[in-house]
Amino acid sequence: MKGRIIKVDTLARVEGEGSVIIKIGDDGGVDAKLKIYEPPRFFEAFLRGRSYAEAPDITARICGICPIAYQMSAVHAVEAAFGITVGGQLRALRRLLYCGEWIESHVLHVFLLHAPDFLGYQDAIAMAKDHGPLVEKALRLKKVGNDIVALLGGREIHPINVRVGGFYKTPRRQDLDTLVDRLKWAQDAALETVPILASLPFPDFEGDYEFVALRHPDEYPMNEGRIVSSRGLDIPVSDYEACFVEEQVAHSNALHSVRKGKGSYCVGPLARFNLNSDRLPAAALQAARAANLTPGCRNPFKSILARAVETVCACEEALRIIAEYEPPAEPAVEVIPLAGSGCACTEAPRGILYHRYRIDAAGLIADARIVPPTAQNQRTIEDDLRRYVAPRVELPIPDLTWQCEQAVRNYDPCISCATHFLRLEAERR
Amino acid sequence: MAPVVIGVGNPCRGDDAAGLLVVERLDAGSSGLRALRHTGDGVGLIEAWGDAETVILVDAVVSGAPPGTIHRLSDAGEVPRRWFAHSTHLFGIAEAIGLARVLGRLPARVLVFGIEGRTFKAGAPMTPKVAKAAEDLARELPARLAQMLRAC
Repeated sequence: MKGRIIKVDTLARVEGEGSVIIKIGDDGGVDAKLKIYEPPRFFEAFLRGRSYAEAPDITARICGICPIAYQMSAVHAVEAAFGITVGGQLRALRRLLYCGEWIESHVLHVFLLHAPDFLGYQDAIAMAKDHGPLVEKALRLKKVGNDIVALLGGREIHPINVRVGGFYKTPRRQDLDTLVDRLKWAQDAALETVPILASLPFPDFEGDYEFVALRHPDEYPMNEGRIVSSRGLDIPVSDYEACFVEEQVAHSNALHSVRKGKGSYCVGPLARFNLNSDRLPAAALQAARAANLTPGCRNPFKSILARAVETVCACEEALRIIAEYEPPAEPAVEVIPLAGSGCACTEAPRGILYHRYRIDAAGLIADARIVPPTAQNQRTIEDDLRRYVAPRVELPIPDLTWQCEQAVRNYDPCISCATHFLRLEAERR
Repeated sequence: MAPVVIGVGNPCRGDDAAGLLVVERLDAGSSGLRALRHTGDGVGLIEAWGDAETVILVDAVVSGAPPGTIHRLSDAGEVPRRWFAHSTHLFGIAEAIGLARVLGRLPARVLVFGIEGRTFKAGAPMTPKVAKAAEDLARELPARLAQMLRAC
């Protein structure tokens, strides 16, 4: 099988436009490249000269799946620049909004995009023919996430209610109460799917990853925390650029982010779980046990289980926040622009999302830096493909191709974010 | 239940706005049709038509036909996925129809109008022939729908 060239044109079920090329040499050596050809989108450049107040709404347009993550990292970074702290119920509402995004993004990926790989279906439609009730449940679950985002954000996609300092309008107690029964159902439904997902056939594959995630003293991380890693990194977010660097590569329109002097690292649900499982609330812990998922898991294919656990966590957290909700007196804290710089990291569904803004005395953005999770995972995805293919070069081409696509989807890559799609080309030379 | 017309598209990407323009014209007229705008996210589409017995979906397509060509696709056959491949949604209109059919959530009557587009660049204006096709379809749709419902 060595020395052959295979090409597969389209890798589906990922967000954005790109391709994967795998070359298997005569010597059995494997080269893998994640080629992102979606054009660069220059968001950082056209933020320059815009008001700080526009940052959350402009950056939300980077992604239709995780706009909340962009809004959250943007508002926290600007608030850091102005020395503003948003606490109490406004902080809780931001976490509730993030719970909605985690539910809709995770459920879409787990059941409609990734599960078909494990069960041998071409797509969710083919899977639904045999697993109709599961897909129905997934659609209903996803809708609960959408409902939270619509209620708090004003609409499901690219919500418009988030502002620096808080919100434009906060919900009434009775508005949030309408979510409770749906969320209780969602938490039970998400828990019920865990044993099904745990019984999926997981390839025997592990990696020696440096997992990187936020860590908060009390909670499973979403909006804030220190940046920690499985190799002992423990830094404030303000040190991010001292420890991580973006590098250009010829084959990708997205920058590769690496640990300075160390190389690739891994962000996302598995990293968060491994570094924060002791912060999971009760029902999510129960889900982790049902999934047989334990901290230290190094099999990236099991990221689907981490997403399932986090879905339960998001439902549980949403219910807690709603139970404790008391409408704040004002929808936002006062914002007084100051010249300065601020940065923030929040946990997007796919991993940490870093924003930094330098703002002038008039409140205009002088420069901006955005490092999305998929850019941070790109090199790890390429490493995984090389290591996965090397001992399996004798597999039939269609099988190997299928498994490589599945391996890429372990990271739920959002290429639209990273350049801000995926075509697989495998070559055997 | 009244028929629902769902115009799918992105107003900022050239001819992708064709479906939205149809809904805008229906709203402005006195067609009496329930018309919705939608981004084209497949899961959301199934929710959007809900329990409606008749749904008309209007979206821009790329089949290789001249710009402004209006294609009528019935639910009798599969909707060709590649026609809608310019969508930014990985789970779009064709997938929504396919999934709803499998799950028994497809309305009894589904009519899909595809307006052939040419440019889908961010910020691009609509191609005049495509915009005219959308205007024409909006004008003809109430009568065509009434005719279709009479035939049922």
